Amino acid sequence: MMDNGSPPAAAEPSPPTVAALFTGFLWLGLSGFGGVLPLARRLLVERRRWLSAEEFTDLLGLCQFLPGGNIINLSVAVGLKFRGTAGAVAALVGLIAAPTLVVVLLGLVYDRFQADPHIRHLFAGLAAAAAGLLLALAVKIARPLWRRPLSLLMAGGGVVAIGVLNLPLLPTLLVLAPLSILTAGRTGR
Amino acid sequence: MTAVLLALALLFLQLSLLAFGGGVTILPEMQRQVVEVHHWMTAQEFGALYALAQAAPGPNMMVVPLVGWHVAGWPGLLVSSLAKFGPSSLLTGLVFRLWERFKDRPWRRMVQAGLVPVTAGLVASSALVMTEAAAQDWRLAVIALAAAAATLATRLHPLWVLAAGALAGLVAGGG
Repeated sequence: MMDNGSPPAAAEPSPPTVAALFTGFLWLGLSGFGGVLPLARRLLVERRRWLSAEEFTDLLGLCQFLPGGNIINLSVAVGLKFRGTAGAVAALVGLIAAPTLVVVLLGLVYDRFQADPHIRHLFAGLAAAAAGLLLALAVKIARPLWRRPLSLLMAGGGVVAIGVLNLPLLPTLLVLAPLSILTAGRTGR
Repeated sequence: MTAVLLALALLFLQLSLLAFGGGVTILPEMQRQVVEVHHWMTAQEFGALYALAQAAPGPNMMVVPLVGWHVAGWPGLLVSSLAKFGPSSLLTGLVFRLWERFKDRPWRRMVQAGLVPVTAGLVASSALVMTEAAAQDWRLAVIALAAAAATLATRLHPLWVLAAGALAGLVAGGG
């Protein structure tokens, strides 16, 4: 495979160092607004070529399957893949360090000027828009379920339990997740 | 102070391992705990913190360190971040090692497909809970609906939608 006369451009890049993992994910943390996922693919597959497209999709599948944010889990998996525990820590810390500082700065501004009615209106509008983004996301995620009554029933059960009745998450998940997996198995997909 | 830090740690530890389908799914529980159980802030304040976190770059669960910081300063931030990102990362690391073996097993696909409706329901719940808190009058409700419509109908960057919402809130509130 290595000596098949492949052109030098396709040669395997050397695995990233711990420092490279840190700076790579630091850049990702600083540049992704709203959605980091497309940027993560560009960084890992196209720009740095740490992963092939297939490897990226496979890893992402794993990260979506597990609890926690996709990108957070992806940083851990990529770090671990190349540099073990040190790499995982470097990638994770790199990813969240800068956004944490930015968020605290914004929090300081909010606390300081909360009493000013203009700022209050500004943040009320901001919160409303952020809620609107969530509404849009909910619609996008629900769309593929539209013609599957059982899936819709499961999703609807979740909305009633959590969104309307305000039930605690853990018992709700313990009931809903097995039911949903069971019905998915029954309908064959 | 120690009691508050412990409460933060327990809360985010639990949420860390329950966040199937990404961070958005745990927003309603986070709000319930932070507002109703612990009375650390009002639902409106929580909505504002969430919006701030969305306006910042990076992964979309940056509301976690912000809540920790708001409740208990830098120690709160550190405890919340560790409790939220630690356990799920450890789990990812452990499962990553086994991943190759399970890749082609049919039960993995079944579990993954089965969790989709649950995720959809939880994200819809998040939208409901956060909109309820944010839409305190009809003008703010209009902003939320307009933001949703604009996002669905166009490929507008979320940051522009947030900026437009903030501006609309300022104008509507001033009038």
